[in-house]
Amino acid sequence: MRSTRSTPRSVLIGRGILLLGAVLLLAAPWITDANGLQVAADLLTMFVLAVMWNLLAGYADIVSIGQQAFVGIGAYAFFGFGVLGGVNPFLAILLAGLTTLVAAIPSMAIVFRLRAAYLSVGTWVLAEVAMLGAGKLEAFGAGLGSSLPVSFAEYFGDTPAARSLSAYWFALGLAIVAFVATYLLMRSPTGIGLTAMRDDEEATATAGVNVMRARIICFLWTAPFLGLAGALITLQRLRVAPDLSFSIVDWTVYVIFIVVIGGVGSFEGPIIGTLVFFFIREYLQSWGVWHFIVLGAVSIGVILIEPRGLWGLLRRVIPDDLIPVSHRPPRGTDALP
Amino acid sequence: MSEPLLAVEGLTVVYGQFRALHGVDLHVDAGEIVSVIGANGAGKSSLLKAIVGYAHRAGGTIRLDGTDLRGRSTAQIVKAGIALVPEGRRLFPSLTVEENLAIGRSVGRAGEVTLQTVFDTFPMLAEKRRQPARELSGGQQQMVALGRALLANPRLLLCDEISLGLAPVIVNTLYEIIPTLAHRGIGLLIVEQDISRSLAVADRFYCLLEGSVTLTGRPAEVPRETVTRHYFGL
Amino acid sequence: MNTVGLANQIVQGILIGGLYALFASGLSISVGVMRFVNIAHGDLIVLVSFLLLALTASLHLPLPLAIAVALPIAFVGGYILQRYLFQRVLGKGILQIVLVTFGLSIIVENFLQGTFGADTERISGGGIETATLALPGGIGIGVLPLMIFVAAVVLIFALDRLLYTTQVGAHIRAVSDDVDAANLVGLSSPRIYAIAMGIVGVTVCISAAFMSVWQNFDPTSGPDRLLTAFEAVVLGGLGSLWGTLLGGIILGVAQAIGAQIDVSWQLLAGHLVFLVIFLIRPQGLFPRY
Repeated sequence: MRSTRSTPRSVLIGRGILLLGAVLLLAAPWITDANGLQVAADLLTMFVLAVMWNLLAGYADIVSIGQQAFVGIGAYAFFGFGVLGGVNPFLAILLAGLTTLVAAIPSMAIVFRLRAAYLSVGTWVLAEVAMLGAGKLEAFGAGLGSSLPVSFAEYFGDTPAARSLSAYWFALGLAIVAFVATYLLMRSPTGIGLTAMRDDEEATATAGVNVMRARIICFLWTAPFLGLAGALITLQRLRVAPDLSFSIVDWTVYVIFIVVIGGVGSFEGPIIGTLVFFFIREYLQSWGVWHFIVLGAVSIGVILIEPRGLWGLLRRVIPDDLIPVSHRPPRGTDALP
Repeated sequence: MSEPLLAVEGLTVVYGQFRALHGVDLHVDAGEIVSVIGANGAGKSSLLKAIVGYAHRAGGTIRLDGTDLRGRSTAQIVKAGIALVPEGRRLFPSLTVEENLAIGRSVGRAGEVTLQTVFDTFPMLAEKRRQPARELSGGQQQMVALGRALLANPRLLLCDEISLGLAPVIVNTLYEIIPTLAHRGIGLLIVEQDISRSLAVADRFYCLLEGSVTLTGRPAEVPRETVTRHYFGL
Repeated sequence: MNTVGLANQIVQGILIGGLYALFASGLSISVGVMRFVNIAHGDLIVLVSFLLLALTASLHLPLPLAIAVALPIAFVGGYILQRYLFQRVLGKGILQIVLVTFGLSIIVENFLQGTFGADTERISGGGIETATLALPGGIGIGVLPLMIFVAAVVLIFALDRLLYTTQVGAHIRAVSDDVDAANLVGLSSPRIYAIAMGIVGVTVCISAAFMSVWQNFDPTSGPDRLLTAFEAVVLGGLGSLWGTLLGGIILGVAQAIGAQIDVSWQLLAGHLVFLVIFLIRPQGLFPRY
């Protein structure tokens, strides 16, 4: 039942901040320059990846360390259809998402036969195979990759600034669709089963088959979004290459760290995490390899101390979710031994 | 009045939101057989697990020969002289009978009970000493579980529903051993759902209902209907 | 490609399978006993390799002495890692353990890169790397790969004996059977897990010793080792040490044949063979669970 008490002030303030952020994003092309749009587009891309990883790890109990596979497949499909196949570039984008979805289906045969942590390494094996396989494709430049031909890129704008703007709109659109759609998924019967499982583990034993179906749906759900992100990245970087399109560092390691630090298993977490990522980029990049060590150490610290991340810390003072996903009042941290 | 072997005062055990035991008081003297009876969910297993240091104790004290066991791990408590025969036997399925028994020896105190003692008590186990525990029948597994606990040379033996799921003939064999252990000075705290069996062997008993002691006394002095009434909470 | 050449490559592949079995033996223990996959496993092998490099290159210790120094360090390192880090997240759900070991993997890789730089390294074995032995039929095998294979067999045999004839081994098997029962009857599962992880550290050190002489390595070599070890463990069947040896051999032969087609097929061939066998028989060759 919906609570009849009025929404607490802190929650209203939080929601107000989110709304303000959304308005700023929509107004960005008028507020900032091409450079700023580039940064914003990168952040929005990371956000999409974060939402997807969070869906799998935080709700569907699938801790993937291979999502770079889908990003790369989307990138290569976009290049393949658009550049090699001569298909309309906007259609090529959609086909990239579709191809990734199709690729996800057989990979389930591997992924869902492994349990727990073996599943995680299994996703990594698949990503390795995808990357090595891509490196064998001569048409795509094999190990060195290929650049996007200028004529192709010009479909998205005559000047670099115009292309930057197009990429930004693409990124913003994808981010909004990914976020809203995933939110709706979690409010659907499929999602409710999963959040119930996350909140109350006794439900798992009785839910049985339905949980499996929900996890499969989530796994397939993320594929097209990751593929579209891959197409977007190709547009931003203007090339495909095995080490770029399938980069575990860029599309998985960073994503995992920011979601964990932001707060896995909530919808506010990836938002906070992406903002954290922005600061990491701006201020820690100059530390070289040491910034990874700091990120890794902070992530481990977060897991040990407050597994729900920065959002979990905020949640101790804010009485309710800003983006309500579960229908029950949130559980405390006590649990059966 | 000498100190009891085991003194439990105001014991409260909590699992999350669920209170399994509320302020339980009980004691066991050396050489005494004490029964705890109660229906499913009354808190009997939580009681034994709390004594052996395995359940989260939210309040109360547990003293062994006057020494407070607060803060001690199960391994330390076993070394101090308390051994548990867990509910459902809980043997290690892939380990042989002999290996299962040897574990009891390795976690416990030095003492007179040896592997041979156990095989003398349960001759049929001797033939099966090299078989994996999973291949044994329920009754044989219970003997191994009991033997494993005895090999720790405990001063206090906790038995959690050792008759569960076993044929009466086998349970008889097991219960014949209980008094001999008491004669040797070991204190026994026996948890059972089977009222007749446990009251027949006990010096004293406690009845648990929904986490609290509702009745205590000597079996001979308390009428059976009173016991049944308190068992079911009528 | 003649038959002698192919036979040579296959024999070589079998022997290299021994190296993969060494990598995998440690993973097999942590998977079989503590039921978790240490994603940093490969990186820890590389870490010890760099330790050996530092001992031999900077302190100028002869390699056997360096190994002798590194072995107890590796044991203690594994013990501490389990006791004070992994133990805190065991049993709390896979997310925590995957994230902790993954985070550890990133930290180790970048620490090595920051400390030693990104160059590929190799430790000199004083000529043993190139020595060969001639067998009948015109097949020549490397002395070092043969040593590695023998070491793998000896190690697995030793681990088997440790598990099945010693008290420590019985305790380890008990907690891997039923950790709650073990705790209930007075075994200290955190301590036993830590000892098991110390043993894993020893296997990591032995793996590192052989790997660093036979193969090039650099700070980013860890993940490949982890994936190989993982595939060997899964192919062999979770919980079976001898199965892990067989898994390693299968991968070694697959890679050797792949390399014969083209050098760039080597890694891919191993992964593809793994996927195919896994699809046909997901429980592995000799599963215990």
